[in-house]
Amino acid sequence: MELTCGVINLENKGTIYRVSGPVVTATNIDAKMNELVRVGKEGLFGEVIEIDYDKTIIQVYEDTSLLKPGDEVTTTGMPLSVDLGPGLLGSIYDGVQRPLPKLSLLMGEFIKRGAEAPGIDREKKWEFFPSKKKGDKVNFGEIIGYVNENEFTKHFIMSPPNISGEIVEILEKGEYTVEEILCRLDNGAVIKMYQRWPVKVPRPFKDKMIPNVPLVTGKRIIDVLFPLAKGGTAAIPGPFGSGKTVTQQQLAKWSDTKVVVYIGCGERGNEMIDVLTEFPKLVDPVTGGPLMNRTVLIANTSNMPVAAREASIYTGITIAEYYRDMGYDVALMADSTSRWAEAMREISSRLEEMPGEEGYPAYLSSRLSSFYERAGIVLTLGGKIGSVTVIGAVSPPGGDFSEPVVQNTLRITKTFWALDSNLSQKRHFPSINWLESYSLYYDSLKEWFESKISVDWDRTRAEAMEILQKEAELQEIVQLVGADALPPDQQFLLEIARMLREIFLQQDSYHEVDEFHSLKRQFSLLNAIIRFSRLGNNAIENGVEIDKIIKLESRAEISKVRYRKEFESKIGSINETMSKEFKVLLGEE
Amino acid sequence: MKEYKTITSVTGPLIFLENTENIGYGEYVNITLSDGSNKRGQVLDTSGNRVVVQVFEGTRNIDKNAYVKFSGDVLKVPVSHDMLGRVFSGSGDPLDGGPKVIPEARLDINGLPINPYKRAPPHEFIQTGVSAIDGMNSLIRGQKLPIFSGSGLPHNQLALQIARQATVLDCTESFAVIFVAMGITEEEAKYFISDFEKTGALERGIVFLNLASDPSIERLIVPRIALTTAEFFAFNYDMHMLVIMTDMTNYCEALREIGSAREEVPGRRGYPGYMYTDLASIYERAGRIEGKNGSVTQVPILTMPGDDITHPIPDLSGYITEGQIIVSRDLQRKGVYPPIDVLPSLSRLMSKGIGKDRTREDHKSVSDQLYAAYAEGKDLRGIVSIVGKESLSKSDKLFLDFADDFEKRFVSQQSNENREIKNTLDIGWEILSKLPEDKLLRVSDELIEKYMRRFKNASDKAD
Repeated sequence: MELTCGVINLENKGTIYRVSGPVVTATNIDAKMNELVRVGKEGLFGEVIEIDYDKTIIQVYEDTSLLKPGDEVTTTGMPLSVDLGPGLLGSIYDGVQRPLPKLSLLMGEFIKRGAEAPGIDREKKWEFFPSKKKGDKVNFGEIIGYVNENEFTKHFIMSPPNISGEIVEILEKGEYTVEEILCRLDNGAVIKMYQRWPVKVPRPFKDKMIPNVPLVTGKRIIDVLFPLAKGGTAAIPGPFGSGKTVTQQQLAKWSDTKVVVYIGCGERGNEMIDVLTEFPKLVDPVTGGPLMNRTVLIANTSNMPVAAREASIYTGITIAEYYRDMGYDVALMADSTSRWAEAMREISSRLEEMPGEEGYPAYLSSRLSSFYERAGIVLTLGGKIGSVTVIGAVSPPGGDFSEPVVQNTLRITKTFWALDSNLSQKRHFPSINWLESYSLYYDSLKEWFESKISVDWDRTRAEAMEILQKEAELQEIVQLVGADALPPDQQFLLEIARMLREIFLQQDSYHEVDEFHSLKRQFSLLNAIIRFSRLGNNAIENGVEIDKIIKLESRAEISKVRYRKEFESKIGSINETMSKEFKVLLGEE
Repeated sequence: MKEYKTITSVTGPLIFLENTENIGYGEYVNITLSDGSNKRGQVLDTSGNRVVVQVFEGTRNIDKNAYVKFSGDVLKVPVSHDMLGRVFSGSGDPLDGGPKVIPEARLDINGLPINPYKRAPPHEFIQTGVSAIDGMNSLIRGQKLPIFSGSGLPHNQLALQIARQATVLDCTESFAVIFVAMGITEEEAKYFISDFEKTGALERGIVFLNLASDPSIERLIVPRIALTTAEFFAFNYDMHMLVIMTDMTNYCEALREIGSAREEVPGRRGYPGYMYTDLASIYERAGRIEGKNGSVTQVPILTMPGDDITHPIPDLSGYITEGQIIVSRDLQRKGVYPPIDVLPSLSRLMSKGIGKDRTREDHKSVSDQLYAAYAEGKDLRGIVSIVGKESLSKSDKLFLDFADDFEKRFVSQQSNENREIKNTLDIGWEILSKLPEDKLLRVSDELIEKYMRRFKNASDKAD
């Protein structure tokens, strides 16, 4: 309690006046806005969302059946907060950070209400390695030591962002629980292994920087065509069945970040169990350890209480910011922000607020933007550089991108991966539409790609984009007159576009080699196709028949190389074959 | 028990009471009318001195003199193993003339959310004997797989066929069907029940009926009663329950009716903003639980108004359920039964339940190949209608024929034909064998050798 930002006030009791779904009105209570309160005999958790004269309106995070007027309401003096400390990684929480395994021990297979379980284990001992000594000064958010959260992750213990002073006492290296006081400061403040932080308040940092390093996902269409920067924001909208969740899960698996926070917000229970059973078996591409070791899961399925669904997004981003403050790169996947927006709409309509567009509250846009604004690459209070990258799925009704949640999201996010159900019906995965999607980070990332991967990166990418764009234009003509009526160079362009689509943009998530390609591989594959295109165009200009070009062996080889373990040597030999074959075609050899 | 005679107003399915004290939210209510008859309801809103009650049986005949008794508890439904083979009303009263159920337990109809951590991943393939489902969009135990249909399409026939034929391969565990009717006509209900009786399915089934003439508010509780019963059998008696619910569209209409009676702010097309959450509280009750043998599988049926899949009802359902089976009017007009359009259909859990040791090693590859080839064939149909068949290449023509073959041979079957999965896959190979082999990119050479060669040889001989 002493570590938090909340000021402790005396417990204050009131009574319920009205109950309507998850919204409870209390009277005779002196509560603060956004304060956490306990409602009814079972002490259900709720949050103050409105104060109106003598009436205090509370949204309750659990089922409110059989609550009645006259029941007690107690203030806690605290806003809704999460526990931040070692033991977060590998956990699975509900929307208000109650560990689900713990809940199942307490109340069995079903989630009943009124259970209390701390977000991190209070009993477990961690070995603490101090990096400060008595007499040292500790600034806000400064690191005082670390524990090994798992084999691969050092969990830095930081002073909370509102605590600083001179150390008068610090424990030596040794095993402690999170509740033990590690460090006392001259002003009486203490530092423990964990801190509590109110979820709706962004954790402070020194400075925000321009994102200029790409988040490598191993997905060709994303990394090459529409890259996302570390510390950036992306939206994935798409109708149902277009592969949102699969894409999100793939990103959670392959992103090159230290920590992944995955929020299942109002989605399917069977999908969460999928993540839960699969992630421990998968290997983290960065460390080689189990993928679960870098993952924090927040599961608030669609049938769990709606107010907790609203909270789950904040819980997730606060945990992400905490790891960012240690100087780590964090990726946060929110699936789906539409359910979050709907939870807001539901609460808002219970409050009988004046609705905005499509019944959503007028503050939808500001809530969405303040959530995405918590992403970023920052200089932390402790002087490290860390980032939070936010990838939000959006589920527009009827796949209509003009609806309020998509539109408000697009105004803030800088990368847009438009999922297309036509592609997914053709089993083209990832079903990201290459004509509609965009990334505003590309320009600031270009330099990175050119210096780290290849000087030709930008040129090659631009050429590929142009071919795809032209294909779309030509397709309209083809629909009317058939492909045979086109001149040979245009027919050839269609053929190259087909190669780009089928070889480069499609990626098999179930194939061990194809599902993740390093940036180098991605570039050599694209380069091979573009090289084939250039050589082919030259050959056509010199009167070579298109059929002969298409039947070249190197073309067939390109289509298979993405599945090859020995990709690098293979692509080299393909390029050689290609040069030879074209020379033969042109009669030069 | 608190009893009041303080009704101040009655609107639509709602009654409003004043001068009440401390009534619990969601409490179950009994209303005694002045003529002595009884109705049931539930508290929707409660405050210091005013309570709103929704009446399940409709508010007809309620006047200000009616007595309203608050039970102090939520609506609970009596459940018992003896319910198998019985027919009940939408409120859970026996309709078949049999005795009342002697309860083994009384359970809250709203159930409780399964802790996602305790869910067991669904992986057992259910053979429905329908090729378009088994081969292309397999149903898995613990899944919720709705049928999206339109008025006038044979979704009821299809649902019956599934109910009749559904089995799990090499499995002797007990299995039962719960059939939930929401707002369907008496004629349709008779059709279902007589078919159940004829085929003996009723012995291992339970029927809950809310007919078109029954109060629409009752539709809000009947799926919940049925699912509570299903959970009871699944998790207390280790049984595998298949719950067929028809028609979810009527359920949503009832939800809208309540919403507008309460003067709520409507969402899209007048449906309440919480419809997603409400539907989820039904659909999410499908699943399996770790450490328990039983399972609840749902096949909800909904008719898409105007065949529009973007209408809020199919749209919100599709976001919650694990896929959808789409019944198409075009195929129906072509005389294909079952008229399932496999391209927009989807089973999200399919890959978990098929393959070696589950169905057959080639299942995934064949279905991918059939998808790709059928999609290509259908695209070509579009082109043919513009440029004519003559301008197609030889291989394109084969794909065009394949699309017809696929609809006529693979999708089509009799409504009493129970195709084993092996036959389904073999038919798939047989029609694929007519395509040029170098165009079959989704199947490996070994599989072609093992499963397709014999058809190829046979057709070569015929040539």
